[in-house]
Amino acid sequence: MSQLIKTTVLVIGGGPGGYVAAIRCGQLGLDTVLVESDRLGGTCLIRGCIPSKAIIHAAGQFEAMAAAARAPHFGIKLDAPPRLDIAGTVSWKESVVDRLNGGVRALLNRAKVRVVSGWAKFTDAKNCRVATADGEVLISTEHVILATGSVPTELPFLRFGGRVISSAEALSLNELPKRLAVVGAGYIGLELGIALRKMGVEVTVVEAKSQILPLYDAKLVEPVRRWLDRNGVTLHLESRVLGLDKSGNALEIEGKDGKRLALPADRVLVTVGRQPLVEGWGLEEMAVAMNGRFVRVDERCATSTTNVWAIGDLVGEPMLAHKASAQGEMVAEIIAGKRRRFDPRAIPAVCFTEPEIVSVGLGLQDVVEADTIVSVFPFQANGRALSMQAGEDGGFVRVIARKHDHLILGVQAVGQHVSELSAEFAHAIEMGSVLEDIAGTIHAHPTLSEAFHEASLKALGHAIHI
Amino acid sequence: MARFVFRLPDIGEGIAQAEIVGWHVKVGDRVAEDQSLVDVMTDKATVDMTSPVTGVVVATHGEAGALIAVGASLVEFEMEGEGQAAAPAAAPKPATKPAQPAPPVAAKAAAPTAAPVAAAKAEPTSRPAATAPAFTTRAPNEAPLASPAVRHRAYELGIPLQFVPGSAAAGRITEQDLDNYIASGGANANTNVADNRFAKRTAVHETKLIGLRRKIAEKMQEAKRRIPHFGYVEEFDMTELEAFRRDLNEERAAHQPKLTLLPFFMRAVVTLVPQFPHFNARYDDEAGVLHSFDGVHIGIATQSNTGLMVPVVRHCEALDVWGCARELIRVTTAAREGKATRDELSGSTITLTSLGTLGGISATPVINHPEVAILGPNKLVERPVVLNGQIAIRTLMNVSCAFDHRIIDGHDAARFVQALKRLIERPAHLFMDRS
Repeated sequence: MSQLIKTTVLVIGGGPGGYVAAIRCGQLGLDTVLVESDRLGGTCLIRGCIPSKAIIHAAGQFEAMAAAARAPHFGIKLDAPPRLDIAGTVSWKESVVDRLNGGVRALLNRAKVRVVSGWAKFTDAKNCRVATADGEVLISTEHVILATGSVPTELPFLRFGGRVISSAEALSLNELPKRLAVVGAGYIGLELGIALRKMGVEVTVVEAKSQILPLYDAKLVEPVRRWLDRNGVTLHLESRVLGLDKSGNALEIEGKDGKRLALPADRVLVTVGRQPLVEGWGLEEMAVAMNGRFVRVDERCATSTTNVWAIGDLVGEPMLAHKASAQGEMVAEIIAGKRRRFDPRAIPAVCFTEPEIVSVGLGLQDVVEADTIVSVFPFQANGRALSMQAGEDGGFVRVIARKHDHLILGVQAVGQHVSELSAEFAHAIEMGSVLEDIAGTIHAHPTLSEAFHEASLKALGHAIHI
Repeated sequence: MARFVFRLPDIGEGIAQAEIVGWHVKVGDRVAEDQSLVDVMTDKATVDMTSPVTGVVVATHGEAGALIAVGASLVEFEMEGEGQAAAPAAAPKPATKPAQPAPPVAAKAAAPTAAPVAAAKAEPTSRPAATAPAFTTRAPNEAPLASPAVRHRAYELGIPLQFVPGSAAAGRITEQDLDNYIASGGANANTNVADNRFAKRTAVHETKLIGLRRKIAEKMQEAKRRIPHFGYVEEFDMTELEAFRRDLNEERAAHQPKLTLLPFFMRAVVTLVPQFPHFNARYDDEAGVLHSFDGVHIGIATQSNTGLMVPVVRHCEALDVWGCARELIRVTTAAREGKATRDELSGSTITLTSLGTLGGISATPVINHPEVAILGPNKLVERPVVLNGQIAIRTLMNVSCAFDHRIIDGHDAARFVQALKRLIERPAHLFMDRS
């Protein structure tokens, strides 16, 4: 006997797009069902943002202690080097994930969202079957919000399994590898590679393009490159991965010069991007038009099929949790009869590398130099311990403004702890701020944010601390 | 010295090109910021383009009468040097600011200015009398600058911010700017109200059509442009139906709504649809396909505060006369209160339009495109008529209908209306089971 559920809104996927959409639907009084086959929270909470930031945090603590064991650091000296128990770190990470996972469930309950655990498969655009532990559930709905997210891209010649792992496994290692090869120097690969390096793993990074973090300009990634250099991470740029060698113990690559090279590795972490999860749940039954590998949506996140909506990684770049959440909230309001569209001026992007990178709005590569003012303020010029630390690797804040009216088009920063500045940058751009607005806002001393103020002053020709 | 290229800004939704009406500057002229450069005409209005910068004109593109594309370069300037940190002098600014009433454009052009260009200017009389208020000059594809809250509110109100002058730095549109724009009905309000009853009134008020009014305008134009209307008016004797209706209303239960005439018309249409399937239809004239519907979804022309709306009573075939009345009240109330959903405002297959006591003796209703028929009861009147050789007082009403003549021949239209007349005049037919 299969159970039949009739509902107004059916959300597929319990990640930061889907669960936020469901909660908002519930708040708006819509009868809502959410289907998730895994634990609630999606990639972000279970095997992405949250666990990786936990591991990165632990790695940072370990590194600081290790440094204090080698030589006194801030006058702190450890008599014996610290010892890392990776299983302990992973179980602490799991406890963080568990707590947040429980939180999501509680929020959904409070919003009166019904959660069905199982894998949904659509038979047409408004009906699906879910195989649950208690048997099959049929769900018939007026609206569908597709939020299936994305999965790591696999290389055909380097399939996941054995020593070849994706970011998910890298966050749940039961023992540290001695040598790790990272394929792809995007933000996921570098965040994890750097964290594992801090834990003492020998890390080698292979990238096909000519620089690390190829989506950013060279100046912005330079401090990260310098950190890798100083900490003994080997970089192979403009190199092609061929696969594991015959022994299976080394990664074979073809270097810039065309020479073949075998990189011995206990683990090979493949982070060459992510792709939308479009298979296995009956998308083909829904008559939804595609946009390349993504589901095509308009500015309201409406697909080509009436009352079928799609959000998050499924609908395109940037594949970021906060974009998915914003779209989820919006779609819920549209279904509830409000007039909305997805119209952000900027979506902040953050790399939790060492040091961190933030980019909001237009970057150097997006603007014509003659029409813009580019102002760079180094953290080192700011006299505070934390910002000096942020400036250790040559960190800075960069403001890009339109020359003729001083409208702020983009802001970037690189340095320790700068991720927390992303909110002010995004807010400035969303509000349509001009340089004078930032210059005229008193920034608290002593904080990192002063560098944004100073960069704006500098753009206007009168920085104080430089 | 720096060169500045002024491109034809995006001056309105859907406008891809504009016609040059006349130039106010020529190569070599020194032009001050906000000075008129050129008049361009779109299919909607003539727009005065003002200079966003101060400088010398080094090139102009396009003769009067030429069509130029949005984004194409119009005027090139040589500007005085500017440093990296130059004051934002070159910001495009609205030619007229909402805070102060704009002087009539013709007067502004004729007024003497310090710039030598004034003397060389073409005679102001050649300018079209109805020059629209100048738009904030924004570059094409440039999103208007406003905070998320302002953008949100404008979008909800259906106001394209492209048209709204921004008063803050960099042309940013503030809450106040939006309020002013709305208060002025989408244009710059003219506050010169004549106080003498016999003075000549010379002001011309221009109202930018926005929101629902613009939608109505587009919809009506679409209907009249595409559909060859065939009108047909017939007189109905309403005496029996009116007696019947009065009786039903007197006897109705507390939960039953008061019946107007429209629910009977709705049921009559339902009764006629099997016999006249192509009257209950939507015609996709681009594809050349007529979609006839088994279900009867009746649009009800409804006057709201902001204008005409047509909420839809769905599946009238599944409703009795009380059900029709109840749904009719529900959807029209929702529409009047602005609470109707998109679904409740679309998908009708035939439309009823009644002006009630304002009904008049005849009307020429416009078909609710892409439907093919619209029925409009006029006003009820008592009149003496000859009945069986006697003069009797009867309650009469005209019904004015329009049909898409591409689909419905006059003969069929007449048969339909006559069948409708028979049902309405003898309402018992409405309640007879049909085999």
